[in-house]
Formats: sequence, C-alpha cells, structure tokens
Amino acid sequence: MHAVEMKGIVKRFADLVASDHVDFNLEKGEIHALLGENGAGKTTLMRILYGLYTADEGQIIINEKPVVIHSPKDAIKNGIGMVTQHFTLVPTLTVAENMVLGETAGITLNLPALEKKVAEASEKFGIPVKPQALIKHLSVGERQRVEILKALYHDANVLILDEPTAVLVPQEVDMLFEALTRLQKSGLSVIFISHHLNEVMQICQKVTVLRDGKLAGTVNVADTNLKELANMMVGRENFGVKRQGQRERGNLELKIENICASDKKGLPALKDVSLDVHQGEILGLAGVSGNGQTELSAVLCGMHKITSGKIFAGDVDLSHATTSDVCAAGVGRIPEDRHANMVGELSVAENLILDQMNNFVKNGIMDYAKIQKNAEELIKSFNIKASAGDRVRTLSGGNMQKVMLARTLSQNPRIVIASQPTRGLDVGATDYVRTVLLEQRDRGAAVLLLSEDLEEIMALSDRIAVIYGGRIMGILPAHEATAEKLGLMMAGSAA
Amino acid sequence: MDSVLFIVGLIAAMLRVATPLIYGTLGELFSERAGVLNLGIEGTMFLGAFTGFAVAATTGSLWLGLLGAILAGILAGLLMSLLSVRLGVNQHVAGLGITLLATGISLFAFRVIFGESKVPPSIESFPMLQILPDTNPLAPITNQYLLTFIGIALIPLVWWIISKTRFGLQIRAVGENPEAADAAGLNVYAIRTRALAIGGALMAVGGAFLTLAQLGSFTFGIVAGRGWVCIALIIFANWHAVNVLWGALIFGGVQALQLRLQTQGIKLPYELFLSLPYVVTIIALTIAGRNASAPSALLKAYRRE
Ligand SMILES: Nc1ncnc2c1ncn2[C@@H]1O[C@H](COP(=O)(O)OP(=O)(O)O)[C@@H](O)[C@H]1O
Ligand SMILES: [Mg+2]
Repeated sequence: MHAVEMKGIVKRFADLVASDHVDFNLEKGEIHALLGENGAGKTTLMRILYGLYTADEGQIIINEKPVVIHSPKDAIKNGIGMVTQHFTLVPTLTVAENMVLGETAGITLNLPALEKKVAEASEKFGIPVKPQALIKHLSVGERQRVEILKALYHDANVLILDEPTAVLVPQEVDMLFEALTRLQKSGLSVIFISHHLNEVMQICQKVTVLRDGKLAGTVNVADTNLKELANMMVGRENFGVKRQGQRERGNLELKIENICASDKKGLPALKDVSLDVHQGEILGLAGVSGNGQTELSAVLCGMHKITSGKIFAGDVDLSHATTSDVCAAGVGRIPEDRHANMVGELSVAENLILDQMNNFVKNGIMDYAKIQKNAEELIKSFNIKASAGDRVRTLSGGNMQKVMLARTLSQNPRIVIASQPTRGLDVGATDYVRTVLLEQRDRGAAVLLLSEDLEEIMALSDRIAVIYGGRIMGILPAHEATAEKLGLMMAGSAA
Repeated sequence: MDSVLFIVGLIAAMLRVATPLIYGTLGELFSERAGVLNLGIEGTMFLGAFTGFAVAATTGSLWLGLLGAILAGILAGLLMSLLSVRLGVNQHVAGLGITLLATGISLFAFRVIFGESKVPPSIESFPMLQILPDTNPLAPITNQYLLTFIGIALIPLVWWIISKTRFGLQIRAVGENPEAADAAGLNVYAIRTRALAIGGALMAVGGAFLTLAQLGSFTFGIVAGRGWVCIALIIFANWHAVNVLWGALIFGGVQALQLRLQTQGIKLPYELFLSLPYVVTIIALTIAGRNASAPSALLKAYRRE
C-alpha cells in the first residue's frame, strides 16, 4: 500500500526545470532514500509534497486519495512532516513554543501544560529534547531532534528529512539512524534525502535517484550496489578527487599563534588557536558548523579583529592587518560566502579584477582592453562556462566559484585560505575545485582548508586539525586520521 | 512651594505629551514584532486626528469620532498589509507612500468638509477626569484624560498579548522567522495583516487623542513628527512593550521641561529648547540602541514559490 504517490510532478523556476515529470512512490513503513547530486531537484520535489512550493503540473495521492496541498498546513493535515535542510525553528522561542506554533486552539498559552505535553511526546517517541530551552541555545543536533519531534508531535506518519546528516558528527548520525529504525518499526514511513551513498545503503530499503530534475530510477537497496547508484546519480562511474601519496613539506609559511577572537555578539569564538601551515601541504580544519570556522577565516582574511595572539605569513606580521595588507602579503582567499564576495550586478570580467584594480588602471582610467583579455584567459584556463560580459548574478554556483578561484589563484598566492570551497556545488564542480586546490599544494602553496565535509577534508588534507567550541582539539597526520577519531574530536573530546 | 507647583505641572504635562506617543509606539510595536516596519505611522496618526475630529464635529459625538479614527487606522493598516505583505512592496516605500496618501486625503477632506474658514473649527473635547478635587495640590497629575489612563493600561495588556497569548506567539514567530511559521502551518500573511490592522488602530487613536482630547481642534501641523518619534522610541524600547512607557515618559518629560524653560526668561534662542527633546532622544537612542535587537525578519517580505 502506498503512503504517498507523486505523479508527473513538474516545477519550473523561470527557465530552469527543477522537477521534470518526476514520479515518486512511498510504501507504508519503509525508509526510502531520495538520492541525487546537489541541484538534482530533491529538495524541490519534497518541498512540493510539504506545500512549501506549488507544483506546475502533476498529482499527489496520499493513502490512495488524490489531495491538493497548498501549504504546509494542508500537508500536516495529511500526516506529512518535514525537517527542512535549513531548520525552520524560531531561534528566540523555546522548544515547546516552537512545537505548538501551528496550533490555533485557545487564546492564551498555558506554557507549563504545553511543556509537559512536549516532554511526554519526547518520552513516547524516545527523542530527548528540553522543552524549556531556547532554540538559539541548542546545538545543531539538538535542533534537529526538535524538528523531528515537532513533526511526530503533529501526528506525522510520513517524515521527510532533507539531508539530515549533513550537519551531524558521525556519532550523532548513528543516534539518528537508531531513532529512525525504531520509529519505522512503529509504522512511520520516512523519506531520506541524501547525496551520501553509504548512508543510503545503510538504512534505506528503497532508493529513488534524481538527476538534473529527472527521475533516474527507483531500485531496492537489496538489489543494488554503490557503483550502480553512483552511476545512476552522476551518469558516470568514477568520481572523486583524492590526494595522491606523501609529499615532503616545505618551510613554515602561515603561523597562527594562540589567537583569541570574539564573535559578532561579543562571545568568545576562538580560544587560543594555534596552527602552522607549511609550503606544499594542505592543512584541513574539520569541525561541525558554527564552532569558530567562520571567525577564523574572517580573521585570516583581515575582516575580523583578534583580541590576542599573533599571525605571520612568512615573516610578515598580519596580526592586526587590513584586507589589503593580507592581499599584499600573498594570501589568497576563497571565502565561505561567495555571494558576499562578488558583485552580482558587475560582469565576470570586472569581478575578476575586483581585488587588484590597481593592476588594471592606465592613467587613472580602467584599462578595459586589458580587463577583457585577462578575463578571456582566465575563463579558458579555469573552464568557466560564461562569457566575460555576463553578469555574475546569472552564473550557477559552480561557475561563480570558478570565478572566485580564478580571481584568487591567478595571483599565485603563497598562502591559500579556502573556506567551504565546495559547499553547494554539484559533483562535477566539486571535483574541479578539489583538483585546483591540490594543484596549489603541488605548486608549493600553503593551503588551509576549512570544511564541514569530513570526506572532503580526508580526501585532500596532509594533516587534519579539528576545531570544537573555538578550540583546536588536536592535529593528526592524514594516515592516522580515521572518521571515527575525527568524529569524536568534532564532538568535543580531545585527541 | 513654587518648586512643588513646577514639578507637579511638569509631571502632568509629561503624561499628556506621552499619551499619543504611547499609542503610536504600541501600534508600531505590533507591526514590527510581526516583521513589518510601518512608516505609515506619521500619516496614520494624522488620519486618526482628522477622522476623529471630522466625525465628532459632524455627529456631535466624541466617542463616534474615536470609533471613526479607529476604523480609519485599521484601513490604513490593511492598506499597508496589502502593499507590503501581499504584494511584497519594499516596506520603506509602502510606508512612506501611506504617510503621503493619508496626509493628502486628510487635508483634502478637511477642506471639503470645513472649507477655508479664518477661524479653525473646534469641538468640545473630552473632559479631564476629576479624580482628586481641584484644590488638592496633586490634582494636575491625577486629573488626566481617560485616554491617557487607557494608554498606560494598554502597556501591560500589550505585553501580555505579545508574550502570553497564542496570537502573540504567532506574531513573534512571523516576525522572527516567517519560514518557520509557514512550515509549522501558520498563515504568515494573515497574521501580519492582523498585526498591522491592530497597529494602525492604535496609531490612529494616538492621533485622535490630539484632536478629541488635548486640543479640540484640527490643524495641519497637528501630528508634527510624533510618528517619527515613535519609530525612534521603539528602538529605544528594544521592541518591548514595558520599555515603551519609559521612552514615552522621557520624551514627554523633556518636551514638557523645554516648554517651561522657554517661559523662564533664559536668554537663549527658543529653537534650542525646541530641539531639546530630539537631542535627548538621539542620546538615549545611541545608549539604548547599541544593544537593541530588532525582530530578525523586520523589513523582509515573505514569499513562497
Ligand atoms: N526558489 C528557487 N528559485 C529558483 N531556483 C531554485 C529555487 N529552488 C531551487 N532552485 C533550483 O532548482 C534546482 C534544484 O534545486 P534543489 O531541489 O534544491 O536541489 P537538491 O535539493 O537536489 O540539491 C537547482 O538548480 C536550484 O538552483
Ligand atoms: Mg537540497
């Protein structure tokens, strides 16, 4: 018996067809994976089921009855709950308040009674939450539990989880899987969105694969293997870029000594952080989102002040440097938020010289011929799929990142700071970015790679440091670093 | 004895000056907690002042006047909702547009109804309540307009609505994270619309207080930037109802003080005194505003694909 049937779903965003006549069937009581690269249309399809988007075409059938879902309210009424990729909780409210947000009965709120109900639900479903805690004080893993419990609290019998493991450390992933298996036994059906093949093989019974908005197929996990799934997902069998072999590391290039810094709210974000990066190595900094990576990268880029400590690039003291000092010292930056570091309304050519305008000025006037030539060369060598005159705003994430790489790396920096360089990119672009980073290492640059993607860190780094709560928990050489060890450190236990 | 008289008079005037600011700021509080900056406040107060006066003058009933002002304020709030919530127009543009529109309509309607008389028309305004006999030295403080007492009583009521009721929870949710509210099954548009309508009604009462109680007549400069002061006060209050009282009293107190200083024969240009409340507001804002944290979704229209 089908819990959910989606037939011929079409969703367009302007010219882009994010969902192209997709069929999706969920059996009662199964954990069904929705697999696909970034941008394949997984989130779009599920947002349609949950009423966050409206489909342009297609039909939704729940429990054998055709339904129309205009809003999440309708979806909840039909027993569907969704934990979106970016959590939809109100940070200034408590757990209990968030849980009962959608209810409309009664004028006043009897908070103690609601908290008790939430605590009972927490007990009943075996998902621990603290009803009185403010969401903003919770860790990502705790927030996710609140989201799941929220769905179950509203009597969901179909639970959609959008990339639930992306924000968790390995141990939390195990806890999540345990809870899902238990809930499945009590009759819950789960749609599990992921682009990690191993996870899918581990806990799902069925897999639907999407590629470029189209259905690539639905298979039983028991009848398939990693290779076939990978093939369905990307349309080719081999993918993934890996660091090859050991390399002699060179001189010390970037030295970070006991730096401390506060976050925007004035709370300590970096506590006594020390790191060395040598020529010709990639030092990976692993950690769950929000443990000081953003601040560290901002500090190293000259955008954030440190309260104590020292930073040296070679023998240049960058402890209190401005962004232009940092550039001048030969530090290349691939920032976390590429949108914030490019001007969408300017052309690719203009964005490519944004941080080195002085090199493209003749007699006080911008030398557009030279700018154009520079752009054409970089577009070719970095394989950017756009022309020099295109506005950056119109580029896909992958091409935008290539513009960023081209701008930074064409200046042959001695030090490269790469923050989340593949976040939000598809497999092809991800491979490209990783290849380029490895090229920088082989060229002799000192590369600091900050990433929340543990696989990426392990694939590229010569040494791996782990940051937790603004502190470095330890540094391991690549050959000693296992996912398990790193996971423990990412969860806060020292090496 | 003189100084007692001075202080009693000062406090009495402070409460009168603070009254329209309390209504206006509480109205703005509803809008902003729901995520909408309503710059239509200046015009809505003006519209309230005019409608209250016009209805009272034509029907002879002050209470009908007040009701008329409330309805006009609700309409202005609904228009703001139509523009900024439903149609997603930039909130600054929509709000300023409403201020211009409401001011223009009021002026036009005033000319149509009352013509261009030399003597401004006036009405018999609300009396002050006689709580203490006039002979009591404290009488000027206690004997205020009923609307002043209602305004002060509204502060704990608004606090209770925002922090203790389901509607308040919904307002806070759509003002902080409309995506979350939507995903939880709430109708973001409807909740914002309701908050704007209530806010508009309160703003209009603030304006109507001027014509129906304090002055008994309508002049073109009657609101004189009080709406903008409310916008500043809400930041001072850090979006909390209870702090609205302190903000309004500080502004009202300085305003009352500067009026008295002007008559003390101090040899300074009177403009200096006039500017005093605004200077104090700016200083108070720079001190209090540093830690102010606006509702996260303020200024953001909510769209779903
Ligand atoms: N709200 C939106 N507006 C425009 N384009 C969108 C929107 N949401 C998704 N897309 C586009 O639709 C495609 C599919 O996106 P998505 O469903 O998020 O993919 P996935 O979840 O599989 O990574 C992407 O190219 C994305 O850029
Ligand atoms: Mg997605």
